[in-house]
Amino acid sequence: MVDLTALHKNTPVQALLGLLIGIVFGFLLQKGAVTTYDVILGQLLLTDFTVVKVMLSAVFTGMIGFYLLKRKGLVRRHVRTASLGSNMVGGLIFGVGFALLGYCPGTVAGAVGQGSLDALFGGVVGLVLGAGLFSRMYPQLSRGVLQKGRFRSQTLPELLHMNEATVIGLMAICMLVLLAGLEFLGF
Amino acid sequence: MLGFLGLATWSPYIVGVAIGLLVCLSLVVSDRPLGCSTGFVKTCGLIERILRGKNVEKTEYYREIPPRVDWQFTILPGIVIGAFISSILSGVFALEWIPPLWAATFGRDIGLRIGVALLGGIFLALGARWAGGCTSGHGISGNLQLSVGSMVSSACFFIGGILTAMGLMSLGG
Repeated sequence: MVDLTALHKNTPVQALLGLLIGIVFGFLLQKGAVTTYDVILGQLLLTDFTVVKVMLSAVFTGMIGFYLLKRKGLVRRHVRTASLGSNMVGGLIFGVGFALLGYCPGTVAGAVGQGSLDALFGGVVGLVLGAGLFSRMYPQLSRGVLQKGRFRSQTLPELLHMNEATVIGLMAICMLVLLAGLEFLGF
Repeated sequence: MLGFLGLATWSPYIVGVAIGLLVCLSLVVSDRPLGCSTGFVKTCGLIERILRGKNVEKTEYYREIPPRVDWQFTILPGIVIGAFISSILSGVFALEWIPPLWAATFGRDIGLRIGVALLGGIFLALGARWAGGCTSGHGISGNLQLSVGSMVSSACFFIGGILTAMGLMSLGG
């Protein structure tokens, strides 16, 4: 087995890897048209399903890849402790911003790269301000609402008391049916 | 080969599969799920460090997410560069203040578009940090690791987004 810990701990190399992974990610997001305001709003208005198609095929592929790599000991799971106060409340606030801006934190950077000035002067500036605002609220939130309604199970196999491979198989079938359904309905 | 790289768009399935593989690669070589919203905390922290000095690093949140130029920061300029290359290769790069759908609904007032986008950006960062991730961190990287929190977050991203988008567009008439 390959020992990758030295690579993981090398901060300058990791900064370079972050840049390279970002370049590939940005290239793919732009080619997938999900850096376009009209495509993201179209998804939220349920007229264009490009965003869901990209996300589901990424999760489908990554889910199987992650499982196989984990069995080989090449990756480990990174899952945060979940709670309704964090994931549900934060998710809904995110949704409001998602629709007002028309980009998400990754695609806004991609939109800047393709020349969208609303993404740069509205989106990026707003995101930096919002991050600063959150850093001020964090001491209160981390002892309050973020702890509310903690989940006992952190992963789907734990929650369903099922074996991981079975859950992945079932999820994969559901995603394929959903994607085939979207195509069948003409989206 | 430039023929394929020069296409304006690729099939969402090809893009999705490639992103799924990229997340796996990131977990192997960097031991990190691919995520973007932490980068904005780092950006804000780096700006604050310039404006207010090194003491900002003692802030509780910046102790957890130190303002440094590291993986979680460099991914953001990376995305800008990658999307720039893609849009140049296909010839679709264009400076644009107002997206077509916005112009058709609310007109061509740049101030209105930037104001709403700014407000959206603030909500987006607040929500992403509140939930501990964004559409990439939870929506893709977390879901593929079968995280329950990521599934709840992703569902709420879309519930909040769909309701807000439909309300917003009904204002434009």
